[in-house]
Amino acid sequence: MVKVAHVQLSSCCGCLVSLADTYEKLLDILNSIELVYCQTLMDVREIPDNLDIILVEGSVCLDDHHALELAEEVRKKAKILVALGACAATGGVTRFCRGNQMSKPVHSSFSPLTEVVKCDLAIPGCPPSPEVIVNVITAALNGDAEYLQPFAELAEKGEACGCDLLYKVVNKSLCMGCGTCAAACPTRAIEMLDGRPNVLKELCIKCGACSVQCPRIRFPKLIEEIE
Amino acid sequence: MDAFGKYKTVVSARATDKKILKKSQDGGIVSAAFIYGLENGLLDGVIVADNAGEFKAVPKVATTPEEVLEAAGTKYTVCPNISVLKSAVREYALEKVGIVGTPCQIRAVRKLMKYPVGFRHTDSKIALTIGIFCMENFPYMGLKTIVEEHCGVKMEDVVKMDIGKGKFWVYTKWGETKAIKLKETHPYEQIACHVCTDYTAELADISTGSVGSPDGWSTVFVRTTKGEEFFNKMVEDGYLEIKPIEEVKPGLGLVEKLALTKKEKNTKEIEHRKELGLPVPY
Repeated sequence: MVKVAHVQLSSCCGCLVSLADTYEKLLDILNSIELVYCQTLMDVREIPDNLDIILVEGSVCLDDHHALELAEEVRKKAKILVALGACAATGGVTRFCRGNQMSKPVHSSFSPLTEVVKCDLAIPGCPPSPEVIVNVITAALNGDAEYLQPFAELAEKGEACGCDLLYKVVNKSLCMGCGTCAAACPTRAIEMLDGRPNVLKELCIKCGACSVQCPRIRFPKLIEEIE
Repeated sequence: MDAFGKYKTVVSARATDKKILKKSQDGGIVSAAFIYGLENGLLDGVIVADNAGEFKAVPKVATTPEEVLEAAGTKYTVCPNISVLKSAVREYALEKVGIVGTPCQIRAVRKLMKYPVGFRHTDSKIALTIGIFCMENFPYMGLKTIVEEHCGVKMEDVVKMDIGKGKFWVYTKWGETKAIKLKETHPYEQIACHVCTDYTAELADISTGSVGSPDGWSTVFVRTTKGEEFFNKMVEDGYLEIKPIEEVKPGLGLVEKLALTKKEKNTKEIEHRKELGLPVPY
């Protein structure tokens, strides 16, 4: 049985809620894996050694040595380390928070997990949709490297946000105005003006959902396989 | 080079309902399919491109046959249909959504179905995708320039636009018809269209367009099992009349020619962009 752990760094639990939001599919997943560590769902205090997949939610607080040690620990213990959600993948609201919140200790002391240790996969989004979490876990269980490729690339790069749409798509004359980015945005930071995305910087939390979802940045070949 | 992508059948078809034919661009396939879906419980809402006046296109969630009919007809300009997909599911509480789009939009839908990163509980609600043949699209101001400067018609007077027989046609409410050579419209094309090699919406459940069929009819590719079931039921229930594509003029040869033209020309453009170091979708 594949051993999986869910580890939380500086985060809101939203990604875990998203995982649980898979409803009956969660049971399928739980049946096909052995969940060995998850502080919210079970009473295990130590992360066991030699795990197949560790899902890490949240960013690393650089002022907190426990967080840094935990980041190193998960890297050592996981065959596949997954940065789950925007905070772990790109920094998200822990670095780019909105709404006049005072962050503690300070904004600058947070880094996404992808910048602190080498991650194998990163799933963007705040939170990522339950479906994509299921897809990634299933693909990882089946060794479907082709499906996982875009997530592996994001883990390398650790950056994706609304700015990508302007720099990489609109600015390069690649945007055809489909509106996928606007629908994907969890904070409604994108409006379509004359068939082009307008990213409202007051609302963008840099979760990366829009640019990762854009068909003009990345269009894996396997999408063309229709039944 | 494969011109059409994967498909199960291809026919020439048109709606049987006169009301639809009166409002639709060609054979009324999209309107007929959506109305059929809504009336028979196969769909509970559809995303269409509505005419917001003077041929400005806006995405609209339609839940009644009347609303579908209101939005019938082609608008030759950008309409971000996918942008309302999540609100169709969340705000209209739709469980079975139909969506119509250009080939690039259908590709976007397929991407979000395979990689639903930001589409929590939305992708599973997509019940049917209908793609429309597309060579290129125009930004609204480009379209306006074509109509007003080149055709000499005020946008407010236009009742229908059409592309066919190598020309861009404009029909006015005064009963006039103006046409210019398609070549004159090329400078106003959306540049992003030049890296697209999909003419017949290859990833849709059903794709349709006027090319290949006689006036008032449309060519229809049925591509997936889902699309096939839907299409067959629709024909059985008398919403569409069909003819074998082999029996109509100009026939599939013309569709193939145009599809290959788009593929070859735009593959070259993609290669050119790569040589220059410019990004292309990969």
